[in-house]
Amino acid sequence: MSAAGPPQGANRSPTGGSAAANAASVGGSIRLRLEARPEPSRLAGWLSPLAAALATLVVGFVLFSWLGKNPFTAFHAFFVKPVADAYGVSELLLKASPLILIATGLAAGYRANVWNIGAEGQLLVGAVAGGGLALAFPETTSPLLLPAMIVAGALGGMAWAAIPAFLRTRFNANEILVSLMLVYVATHLLSWLVHGPWRDPEGFNFPQSRLFHEAALLPPLFEGLRVNAGLFVALAVVAAGYLFMQKSLAGFQMRVAGLAPAAANYAGISSNRNVWMGLLIGGGCAGVAGVQEAAGPVGQLLPTLSPGYGFAAIIVAFVGRLHPVGVVFAALLMSLLYLGGESAQLNLALPSAVTGLFQGTLLFFLLAADVLIHYRLRVVRPARTPVPVPKGA
Amino acid sequence: MDQFAQLIVLTLAAGTPLVYAALGELVTEKSGVLNLGVEGMMLVGAVASFAVAATTKSPWLGVGAGILAGAAVSMIFAVLALSLMSNQVATGLALSLFGVGLSAFLGLEYVSVVIEGIRPLAVPGLSDLPIVGKLLFAHNPLVYLSLALFAAVHWFLYRTRAGLVVRAVGESPQSAHAIGYPVIAIRYMAVLFGGACSGLAGAYLAVAYTPLWVEGMTAGRGWIALALVVFATWKPWRVLAGAYLFGGVTLAQFQAQALGLEMPSQFLSMLPYVATIVVLAIISRDATTIRLNAPASLGKPFHAGA
Repeated sequence: MSAAGPPQGANRSPTGGSAAANAASVGGSIRLRLEARPEPSRLAGWLSPLAAALATLVVGFVLFSWLGKNPFTAFHAFFVKPVADAYGVSELLLKASPLILIATGLAAGYRANVWNIGAEGQLLVGAVAGGGLALAFPETTSPLLLPAMIVAGALGGMAWAAIPAFLRTRFNANEILVSLMLVYVATHLLSWLVHGPWRDPEGFNFPQSRLFHEAALLPPLFEGLRVNAGLFVALAVVAAGYLFMQKSLAGFQMRVAGLAPAAANYAGISSNRNVWMGLLIGGGCAGVAGVQEAAGPVGQLLPTLSPGYGFAAIIVAFVGRLHPVGVVFAALLMSLLYLGGESAQLNLALPSAVTGLFQGTLLFFLLAADVLIHYRLRVVRPARTPVPVPKGA
Repeated sequence: MDQFAQLIVLTLAAGTPLVYAALGELVTEKSGVLNLGVEGMMLVGAVASFAVAATTKSPWLGVGAGILAGAAVSMIFAVLALSLMSNQVATGLALSLFGVGLSAFLGLEYVSVVIEGIRPLAVPGLSDLPIVGKLLFAHNPLVYLSLALFAAVHWFLYRTRAGLVVRAVGESPQSAHAIGYPVIAIRYMAVLFGGACSGLAGAYLAVAYTPLWVEGMTAGRGWIALALVVFATWKPWRVLAGAYLFGGVTLAQFQAQALGLEMPSQFLSMLPYVATIVVLAIISRDATTIRLNAPASLGKPFHAGA
């Protein structure tokens, strides 16, 4: 990251602007310069998430030392201990599953430059829609209840995402801001439901719904472990996401619209349709993730249903290179960060908020490393520098 | 009448964090940079100011710390988005997520700490005047400061050469670069100014308005400030009006409860967010106005060699 630094352009005579304007000086006279690549580098594209993950580990190392913990013990507690047994691996998959779902959906939109950042709200509304069905039919033992809940969740998330889609296509309103505002609205909606009409009458006045009954819970895959059938739903969505984005015409059109909006427009690709598709796919996936949380590890509706999966999935989507397969690996990493945070809290008395810190750091490093996709670093020796560099620059 | 004066005072107090954050973001966007990290910068500013105020017992030192902290985290954005030309939308989002995590992490030990905050002015004699005293002489000092900042930003952008250069960089960085202005350096400063203002907005919440520290206490105000800049079609006086309008909406929930309106509190809490969405849709409907007023290079990275 030595290329990071204030631009040297500030110190030079203003008329001397050239390709070196964004360069940063390293160690006196030899300078590093960013040069545009003729073609984006695929290698850099795949290496940059790895570099970002490594850099995040280094930051973790420094942070743990600074907090007075033995970094090796801390590392063990954070990244190894949580997944050292079958239960840990099951938890890893359990937490990765909603992240995979949401990030695959978001990635489809991001590919088309449709910035849905309200997945957290779509998740909550999906949980409300699916969970509402479970609460409405407490006697049902029908095996159709769970599939119906998942469909309801998808529809709920899509309906919530349809609001920014409609306002963007009809009123030109920025979907980033609208979808984000709707997260707060959804949070208050869920809060109202579990404080009011859907509150468990036998719940000692806690803001929570009744526990879901047997037929409304996702079956665990293994005796004694929490990982459940939702994992298969997530993997099916990954496969569908791959086929849609890479092999279908609509997916191709969305990718074109993201890479070259002007060309897409000229080719007659409807940008409104892309906005609708991007948001509905993202919302639907987030809604399903919400049902999986409610009908899985949580087993009821609660205000704290999601530990920020909707936001963490944004990072997962980027770290996974907006590609369904990449998303799976990124989700496993992010899930490990969640587990590590919990484990660090238990074993090291470290605040679990460390997780959020690592998540943000990971994305920062990824964005920094991504510069090498479109630019290459060139070492420039003073003699060959086209512009004289003043002393001290 | 006295009640009306009280309402005005409360509205100004509730709108002030939006004034700070939105004015800062306005200057950043005028230079052509879209920083979506306002919420994160506000939270970091809030936690830094509260921690320093609690440790030193001086809320004003806290305000200083909030400003510095906001500027410091905006530097991360600046390096990534300006020097490394990363996607500004993604980088701003990252800054918001990072700020939420960092502030929660740093603020843990301050969660139920009580501090002596910055109190509203009490000018002997003047503040006790009927109505006028309340309307003019009894605000929080940081409310007056926000009005001064508004005047300063307006003057800077439209009455100084430097302000003209910032706007030129936002409209056409290539031209500004060709004339010889250091585009990236100017953008760095605009981002830093936005970060400092967001930090100040957070500091106002933590050491003057509430005063306390709660995880995620900005409650989306950073995002509302971003929307405000669009409502305001990038004009400072409209930012000011919009901020107080939304300050008023935030208050509506308490007012409605005071009036004995039978409505679940959650629905009243939704109001500011729903109002933001509605106003955003109404203002954005006219795509031409938005396009003509938005800085032409907003959100586009600039590489001199390209």
